Amino acid sequence: MNPNLDVSAIRADFPALHQQVFKKPLVYLDNAATTQKPKVVIERLQHYYELENSNIHRGVHHLSQQATVAFEQARKTIAELVHAANSYEIIFTRGTTESVNLVASSLGRLLMKKGDHVLVTAIEHHSNMVPWQQLCEQYDSNLLVARFDQQGVIDLEHYQQLLEKRPKIVAIAHISNALGTINPVKEMISMAHKLDIPVLVDGAQSIAHCPIDVQDLDCDFYAFSAHKAYGPMGIGVLYGKEKWLEKMPPYQFGGEMVDQVSFEKTSFNCLPFKFEAGTPNVGGVLGMETAMNYILEKGYDAIAAHENALLAYATQQLKNIEGLRIFGESPNKASVISFLVHEIHPFDLGTLLDKMGIALRTGHHCAQPIMDFYNIPGTVRASFAMYNTFEEVDVLIQAIKKASAMLR
Amino acid sequence: MSIESIQQTIIDEFSSFDDWMDKYNLLIEMGKDTPMIEAQYKTNNHLISGCQSRVWLHASYRDGKVYFTADSDAVITKGIVNLLIRVFSEQTPDAILNVDLGFLDKIGLKEHLSPTRSNGLLSMVKQMKMYAQVFKLKNG
Ligand SMILES: Cc1ncc(COP(=O)(O)O)c(C=O)c1O
Repeated sequence: MNPNLDVSAIRADFPALHQQVFKKPLVYLDNAATTQKPKVVIERLQHYYELENSNIHRGVHHLSQQATVAFEQARKTIAELVHAANSYEIIFTRGTTESVNLVASSLGRLLMKKGDHVLVTAIEHHSNMVPWQQLCEQYDSNLLVARFDQQGVIDLEHYQQLLEKRPKIVAIAHISNALGTINPVKEMISMAHKLDIPVLVDGAQSIAHCPIDVQDLDCDFYAFSAHKAYGPMGIGVLYGKEKWLEKMPPYQFGGEMVDQVSFEKTSFNCLPFKFEAGTPNVGGVLGMETAMNYILEKGYDAIAAHENALLAYATQQLKNIEGLRIFGESPNKASVISFLVHEIHPFDLGTLLDKMGIALRTGHHCAQPIMDFYNIPGTVRASFAMYNTFEEVDVLIQAIKKASAMLR
Repeated sequence: MSIESIQQTIIDEFSSFDDWMDKYNLLIEMGKDTPMIEAQYKTNNHLISGCQSRVWLHASYRDGKVYFTADSDAVITKGIVNLLIRVFSEQTPDAILNVDLGFLDKIGLKEHLSPTRSNGLLSMVKQMKMYAQVFKLKNG
């Protein structure tokens, strides 16, 4: 185990981990869907609603001023976290899905003409596929989809071929939620940029696990959700390069995002407010800031070292189970393991594991094309966070053995 | 047998087990007795849309009673399907339309019929009642 990460101290920070389900201690392995929240985040939300609640940016009164300062400070914290050049390049959204929709709608309107393409990969979450597919439909064109191989690795040659069809936008996952593949996004971005094509990176699965430097990646957009990184639900981020955000038309209209309004004409506010119509989720933003600071305090290196050790241990233990197949064996992989045992239906296995106290996910993980590729109805997926332990992996292994014996 | 007494029988069968794994073991075993849907009906037309496991259901009508056959690709689902068939099959359309599924609560399987449990069993009950309704109208 990594000496820098005190996992038992971390576990003590997470109230939800210390409960029983079906009279068994909860083993929470559904972190790719959402992580549990540390006390500091819960307390941050509570403090906001108890003492700080007020509408921001437009009040002269004390509480409003204070909340505005806190809100804009959080934007700076997030900008530093992802190494954005400017804090106004950080737009607060409801989450990854809304961030992608914002770009699809707004950049779509800016760049797309009839017959123009968008390029995604075949391992995208539906949230980073359906918005583009709909955009393409609107512009009478086809979505270009880069293939992946049996291991779950993107075929970069195919990707290059598709780039040569000059799509207007490229959208790729940093880490696949279904297979765990870490995509070589930096390389993929540079390939796209050689042809002057902007790239959106779906970072939903990365923000809790690895440091993000949007300037080093040189991505044009980066999207993530707070709830997958120990923060509250209903809040997330879109990073966008200033040069694009400046040119893009607003996504939604209303209060806050406007400058001058009359019935004849409305002019829009500057960045980032142009893209934040209406009252934002202030409490959520502050909770997200606390969650990100929590991650930074533990350290991405220590977190990654621990999670990689869990991944390696779990992979090795799972492979010892007779008839178990792992889906997604990219050499560069995050702490997500999708698997099936013999011909057992994932729903059956998941149901019994649940009864043994183990929370994990079964089904297609919002990535149906991947399941079609492997010709399977879905998988069982275990995903690890910084608070998971080797003992929990052991419990999982024993439970899979027991359930499989019952189901065969 | 009346629907009530069938339900009571099922409750009795489950009552000897406290442990969840034993209950599910029983359910898995029960799935094996499901009146199998004939191959010709195991088509998309007879598929009940559910998120995770697939269920095929067929109904026929003889002498005032409805008969169901089914199959599923998941064995636990199949067990629950068989429970439902034991309750619904060989009953009159009226009995089916008025059925109370409280027994599932008593044996601890109610969660499988909650709308949030995306396994299509709720749709299966709806479909069974729909068949009953159609047979009733046709033969009423
Ligand atoms: C890779 C990926 N992209 C996008 C999403 C969507 O995130 P959200 O539902 O928070 O908008 C998820 C969530 O499962 C994901 O794993």
